[in-house]
Order: sequence, then structure tokens, then C-alpha cells
Amino acid sequence: MTISQTLTAPARSAPARGGGAVLLSPDRLAFLKTVLWGLSFPAGLLALWWVSSAAGWLPEQILPAPPVIWQSFAELLADGSLWAHTWASLQRVAIGFAFGALFGLVFGAAAGLSATFRAYFYPPVQAVARVNVLAWMPLLALFVGIDEALKYVIIAWSTSIPIILGTARGIENVSPALKELGAALNFNTRDNLRLIVLPAALPSVFTGLREGLANAWQTLVLVELFASFEGLGYLMVWGRQLFQLELVIVSMIVIGVIGLVLNLVLLWIENLGQPWKTEAGNER
Amino acid sequence: MSVDSIIPPRAVPAPRPFAALGRWLRGLDWRPVASFAAIIAIWFAAHEFNWVRAKFLPSPVDVVNRFWFEINSGTILYDLAETLRRNIIGLAIGSGIGLALGAVLGTSRWVARIVGPTVLAQRQTALFAWVPLLSVWFGGADVGKIAFIAVAAFQPVVVNTWRGLALVPKTYRELAEALSFTRWDYVWLVAVPNALPAIFTGLHGALIYAWLATVGSELFLNIAPGLGGRLSEGSQLFEIDLLFLAIILFGLVGLFYNTLAERTEAALLRWNKR
Repeated sequence: MTISQTLTAPARSAPARGGGAVLLSPDRLAFLKTVLWGLSFPAGLLALWWVSSAAGWLPEQILPAPPVIWQSFAELLADGSLWAHTWASLQRVAIGFAFGALFGLVFGAAAGLSATFRAYFYPPVQAVARVNVLAWMPLLALFVGIDEALKYVIIAWSTSIPIILGTARGIENVSPALKELGAALNFNTRDNLRLIVLPAALPSVFTGLREGLANAWQTLVLVELFASFEGLGYLMVWGRQLFQLELVIVSMIVIGVIGLVLNLVLLWIENLGQPWKTEAGNER
Repeated sequence: MSVDSIIPPRAVPAPRPFAALGRWLRGLDWRPVASFAAIIAIWFAAHEFNWVRAKFLPSPVDVVNRFWFEINSGTILYDLAETLRRNIIGLAIGSGIGLALGAVLGTSRWVARIVGPTVLAQRQTALFAWVPLLSVWFGGADVGKIAFIAVAAFQPVVVNTWRGLALVPKTYRELAEALSFTRWDYVWLVAVPNALPAIFTGLHGALIYAWLATVGSELFLNIAPGLGGRLSEGSQLFEIDLLFLAIILFGLVGLFYNTLAERTEAALLRWNKR
């Protein structure tokens, strides 16, 4: 099966390259098929949900019907409150992530480049990072209050941890062969950093950044559930308290979609930043 | 083992425990120890010289005293047991479902095509966004908490099991084909051994996420006996020593889980050293 596939695959895609004007080249057709198959399951679930709500099998208190959710979404969108909450959340993530990424990159680079710095400061940071930020939250709330500062600090905190790890690991794991090459070519420190360490560490740094952003988004929801008066997390808590489940579900969907978009954007930046990286690296 | 016994025993040097201790101490990297010592010293100093109001910062002695008090006459051990019980039940349910679904996704291309993207997309929803909905469905008591922990454990397990089973290197697949393996042989001799490292990665992730969710469920859902309850109690009643104690215990359990997972992984996958 697989052998025959590998043999025929180039033959099939070859004419597609030639006739670029074809609307549905085999590649695109395959992509479209993947998307359609992927959408079939959620669509089926949605249909099931719709039918069972309409038939009254699914009580409103457990899961409101899709039209109710759509209506609530349209209302929230029309009066601008959904946008306001989303904006508040995005702002928090942006500020928290910026601080966390800055700190993570600087600290991670210092730990990766200097063995002395690493020996002194890395273990305490690791110890702090082992306790999840969630457990630190009540303590931080006592120190910085429950205002915006708390949200920034906590988001920055959880952002920085994977970035520190990724940056330090990336710099530390630069292959010895490359370092020898730099030594043989008599690179000065600046060239060494620019031409050897930076490109070699970049994949790991990007992985850290992506995980950091995912963490920032996770933590945002967490801290908004903990204490806030606006934002998507607050909208959920509010909906839960009023027993308006449609509010909860609308915010869940918005949170999920934004999380997905953030991840895709970072993947895109990652590929943009490393044009030399190919998919072939994934196959062992 | 038997090979070892053929080799004549070497002359064992007379045990000199103090020399060994000395060597160990000299070999130890003192620098991290120094920074931890500095942190504790600053903590003591901050308390002693009132840099931070005592209300906000207990002395380390207070925390230790509180720990003794809690062990002797308090409920902290019971709280810890309750927390661990919920954690383990949720972890078992979540990773069990995750393994089963991941196995189906990894072995059937059709299921992966239809259900797979939904599973991946669902992972993007922030974990804690499930809390309000789950609390409506299952209530805020034990069942709701366990449901949330199970959701947290499910996510990493399902994705990693699926990946591990599906992403068999092409050379292995071709070998299996050349040897005309049956599907059963292929699964047991090629796919599962190939997937084990990924499955362990998933379970390790589940352990960490489930612990996070356990802490979170106790903070965000109803207050019940458990470490999270003590954490809220400490912050609401301003019993700062209790708060520190709860945080330290959370950290220790997390550390224990992490070490356990790493050790087990290393021991079980010894053959996997490439």
C-alpha cells in the first residue's frame, strides 16, 4: 500500500505543477477533502444537538439550542459588549505576554550563555516554576491586589517559564561541530552569536515562544475566573451565575477560536523566521 | 547477571564512609545551594527587619511550626488525602478515555480523518474555560471537580497516543509490509512499541495537567476538604503561614509526580536509547 503510494505520488502531482491554472489541482482537491472530512464530525454533532434540542430531549439548562446561542452571540455582538470583553482580554494577554517574553528571552539567553549565571540563578527559578502559577495566585493577590497588575504579573509569569526553558536549552544544545567551526574560522563573539548560536537556537526559542503564548492564553482565562470585572473569563462567570448557559458557550467558543488563531499565527511566524526548515526534518 | 558472577570479585576497598562523604561534598556544585541559602536568608532578614509587614510574610519558622501544628492537631493530612483521591480518580478516568480514543484514532485512518481535527481543535480551548460549563453539568462538588480533572488529563493523552501510533517511520512500515505482517502483528510488533515513548509523554503531561486542574478545581468550584480549600482559607482569613504551607505542599506533590513520571519513563523505555 505505502510502497505503491510513494511510487505513484510524484507522478500524480507532476502534471499539476505544469497546469497551474487548473482550479482544483490534485493537491488542492486533497486539501479540500481533508477539510471537509474534518468538518463532517462537528457538523454531525451540531445537527444532533440541534435536532435533540428541537425535539426537547436536551433540557435548556443542560445545553441551550444552537439558535439560542447564535441569537445571544448576535446580541452581544450588536451591543458591543462581546467586543469590549474580548478587547480587555486581548490587551491583558498582550501586555502580560510582552513582559513575560522579554524576561524569558533575557533570562534564558543569560542562562544559556553563561554557566556561572546558570549555576546560581537557574535552580531557584526552576523550583518556583515547579509550583504552578495557580497555587501562587492567592499569595500574589495579597501582594499586588486583584487589579490589572495581578493579571499582568500572572500572565507574564506563566509565559516566561517555557520561554526560559526553550531559550536556555536551545543555546546550550548548539552542536559542538558548529562551535568548532566558529572557533576554526576565528569568529569574534558577535559573529559567533549572530551566525552560529542564534540560528541554531532559533527552533527551540520559537517552540518556547509558542508554548509561552499558549500558556498566556490559558492563564488569562484562569485569572479572569479568579478575579475580574470584564473580559471573556468574566463573561463566563457571569453567565454561569445567571444560569445563562448561552453566554458561557459563546465565550468558550470565542476563547477557543482566538486560541486557535494565536497558535496558527505563531506557527506562521515560526516558518517565516526559519526559511531553511523543511518538513523533511520531521521524518526520522 | 550470570555473566557478572563469572568475573572474579574485585578487591573491594575498605569502606571509608567519611572519605566518600568528603568526595561527594567536594563534587557537589555549591552555587545553587548558595543561591537557595541566600533566598532563605533574605526571607529571614525581611521578616526580622520588617522590610515587609509581618502580616504579608511569615518567618520560615512560623511555616514549620504551622506544619507541626497541622500534623498534630489539624486536618492537613486529611486534606492532602482528599485532594490526591480526586486527582487520581480524575487522572484514571481521563487518561483511560484518552488512551482508548487515541488508540482508535491511531489505528483507523477513517476515524482520524473524521474525528481527528475536532480533537485537535478542542485542545486549543483553554482548559479552564471548561470550568463554568462543567460546574453546571456536574455540580461544583466532587463529581464536577473529578470531571474537570478528567478533561485535563484526557487532552495530552489522546493527542500523543494518536500521534505515536500513527506516525510510524516509513522504513518500519515497509519492513512490516515486506514481511507481510497481519494487521494484528503490525499493531503489536511495530505500532505499539513505536508509540510507547509518545504515550508516556502524553501520560506525563496528563499527570501535570491533572495536578494543575486539581488545584484549580478546588479554587474555582465549591470549597471542600482539600489543599485548595486550605489555600483559599489561608488567603481569606489572612493566615499567611497556612498559605505558604499549602503552596509548599502543592509544589512538593507536583515535584513528586514529575520525578515519578521521569523515573518510570526512563526505566520502562531503557531499550529506546537510540
